[in-house]
Amino acid sequence: MSTSTGTAASTKQRRLGFKERVNNLPRAVKILLWVVFAVFLFMLPLLNIPFITTEGSDFGGVLFTVATYVLVALGLNIVVGYAGLLDLGYVGFYAIGAYTVGVLSAEHAKLSWVVVVPIAIVVAMVSGVVLGAPTLRVRGDYLAIVTLGFGEIVRLTLVNSEWLGASRGISDIPKPPGVELFEVPSIDWSSGAPVVDLDTTSTFLKFGITDFVPYYWLALGVIALVLLFDILVKSSRVGRAWEATREDEDAAELMGVPTFRFKLLAFALGAAIGGLSGALFATKAGFINPQSFELLLSILFIAAVVVGGAGNRWGVIVGAIVVAYFPERFREFADFRVLVFGLALMLLAIFRPQGLLPPRRTVRAKRADARQAVLEEGEASA
Amino acid sequence: MPESTEPNRPDTSAESTAQTTPEATAEPTAAAAADDATTRPAVTPTTDATAPLADPADEVTEINPDVDITPDDIGVPEVAEGERLLEVDDVTLRFGGVVALNEVSFHINKGEILGLIGPNGAGKTTCFNVMTGVYQPTSGGIRYLGKPLGKRKKFQITKLGIARTFQNIRLFANMTALENVLVGVDAHHSTGIGAAMFRLPKHRREEAQGYARAMELLTFMGLDGKADELARNLPYGDQRRLEIARALATSPQLLCLDEPAAGFNPAEKAKLMELIRTIRDQGYTVLLIEHDMKLVMGVTDRIVVLEFGRKIAEGSPAEIRDNPAVIAAYLGVDEEDAS
Ligand SMILES: Nc1ncnc2c1ncn2[C@@H]1O[C@H](COP(=O)(O)OP(=O)(O)OP(=O)(O)O)[C@@H](O)[C@H]1O
Ligand SMILES: [Mg+2]
Repeated sequence: MSTSTGTAASTKQRRLGFKERVNNLPRAVKILLWVVFAVFLFMLPLLNIPFITTEGSDFGGVLFTVATYVLVALGLNIVVGYAGLLDLGYVGFYAIGAYTVGVLSAEHAKLSWVVVVPIAIVVAMVSGVVLGAPTLRVRGDYLAIVTLGFGEIVRLTLVNSEWLGASRGISDIPKPPGVELFEVPSIDWSSGAPVVDLDTTSTFLKFGITDFVPYYWLALGVIALVLLFDILVKSSRVGRAWEATREDEDAAELMGVPTFRFKLLAFALGAAIGGLSGALFATKAGFINPQSFELLLSILFIAAVVVGGAGNRWGVIVGAIVVAYFPERFREFADFRVLVFGLALMLLAIFRPQGLLPPRRTVRAKRADARQAVLEEGEASA
Repeated sequence: MPESTEPNRPDTSAESTAQTTPEATAEPTAAAAADDATTRPAVTPTTDATAPLADPADEVTEINPDVDITPDDIGVPEVAEGERLLEVDDVTLRFGGVVALNEVSFHINKGEILGLIGPNGAGKTTCFNVMTGVYQPTSGGIRYLGKPLGKRKKFQITKLGIARTFQNIRLFANMTALENVLVGVDAHHSTGIGAAMFRLPKHRREEAQGYARAMELLTFMGLDGKADELARNLPYGDQRRLEIARALATSPQLLCLDEPAAGFNPAEKAKLMELIRTIRDQGYTVLLIEHDMKLVMGVTDRIVVLEFGRKIAEGSPAEIRDNPAVIAAYLGVDEEDAS
């Protein structure tokens, strides 16, 4: 036993990771940090922080785009990162979500946004089940090819269906009903130092056509909900079943995991979140056409997940920000964007093959240890 | 079973008793501890004196045999001790031209350790695969708890109480040791997306129960200090033990071990056999595939011998040792046995 107590002691003394250090903070400090961070994210489009803020395009709109990518990355992470299913046609669900909103609130009916978005989620989820039920029985490469085909079929259907507006698409998608609660001033840096600018404000929550900040706020709220959902589900039997299936499908099955059911669940949830992001996209854009749902988008979505670190929710968020934000920030180098992006991917593949933030699988025991340490600290100081 | 409870390997039992951690002794109830005291007599001073000498060089993780790991009730009919738990009825399995199993019949009694031996390619692993639903037999079938297994899926068979390990370790490499075992415990849980999302009482109850059982099993295996290590970072011997812990987590009526001692040195092998016996004493039935004839002889109650997909012998270790067909099959095949 002497050897094993030795290792236990050395694990305790080991340099603490970021997550553990955060976990070791007192509870009040942790909550305060989260609040500060949330307020910062909320205010971000209005802070006009030099260098970070995009020059050419509206920063609120850019942040909204980044937020939809984050949402997509979180959904795709469930499929690719947790369950280990390579889905190359994720844009298909994104398109289905967007078009459901378009069709039901503009093209063929005039339903309210509040009704249409849940329908879009359900439609995307059902399409995920319909695609997944026959294909999830095959493995690996086949699934990638089938989903790739699915993405293209959805796009081609959109192009060729008059009922869906064909290549002209659907326009005049109505805005969500807003409530005008309060105005948020922005910060002006033109004098060199930050000054509160009470003339340029955004209204919470007024969904207009010039100010995209409220859409960003909406997306931020949705991300928070999806993140919470992700955290709760991942740290349960469901999350373990996904991971076991990803690690070794046969062994998982022989340990009592109904792998097909769990793969289908991951696929359906991923599709639902993809549909939700598509619905948000359609809401903000106001019009959609098949060109918004090219195959390239699927590749970018996958890139976001892989760049960030498949399997780590914080990693894929970073990945989504990298993939969505940098091209907007450096628009002036637009011609070289793809080249730089390719180079960056190559460097990443060489130096960080697991992604920027590879999953560090901490478990309850570790958290329990940290909590215990906090408790003991509290008792000692009391 | 008197022969299994005798401390016939005083050195190992001495170490395992000496190495019992405080957590381990705190785990079982007083009754279980008292029960253990009767099955595992106190160590004599002479063996105690030799134990520290062996310690420094000893890298092997010590198990804590006193931890109570008796199987949970998984809702299958009880089989009385010594009654037939599983029957292999005339099973034939063909892979194209290869007849991997040829009209094989044998049975496993509740509470015994049955050895399944035979030269390479004899069909031992294939036999496991048929029993656990990986392959459907070409003809014949498996009867478990008196009923045919039929075309049940792999995970359904596991839920009915047949668990296994793999000849080539197949852990969930990027999950922690604890998570690996939790997956096994989860086999009998039913928390779904809703219960997890809203943290319903069912989720919390199952998580608490699963965590407790998983930690018991890890402590039993001496792996509690490594609960948070990724399975792929564990030393080879620990991985083997973790695989057994994961299988035990499903509370199986029948535990099938496919060459659990493969790659072990003789000392480790001896310890593993001790472990298997302890597992049986805690209420499990064990089917053991093992190459090393001598080891199988020491630990099993009965032995079934396969060769080229056929059963060539069945009986007690003593009968098998003297069986001419077995001697012929193993002659020149198994060097370890020849020595
Ligand atoms: N999936 C398969 N397809 C074709 N042949 C197979 C398959 N699985 C096993 N076999 C064949 O069946 C025979 C029995 O194999 P099996 O793995 O059961 O042997 P074993 O007794 O476990 O041997 P070992 O001691 O080497 O593990 C071998 O001839 C093997 O080649
Ligand atoms: Mg084998």
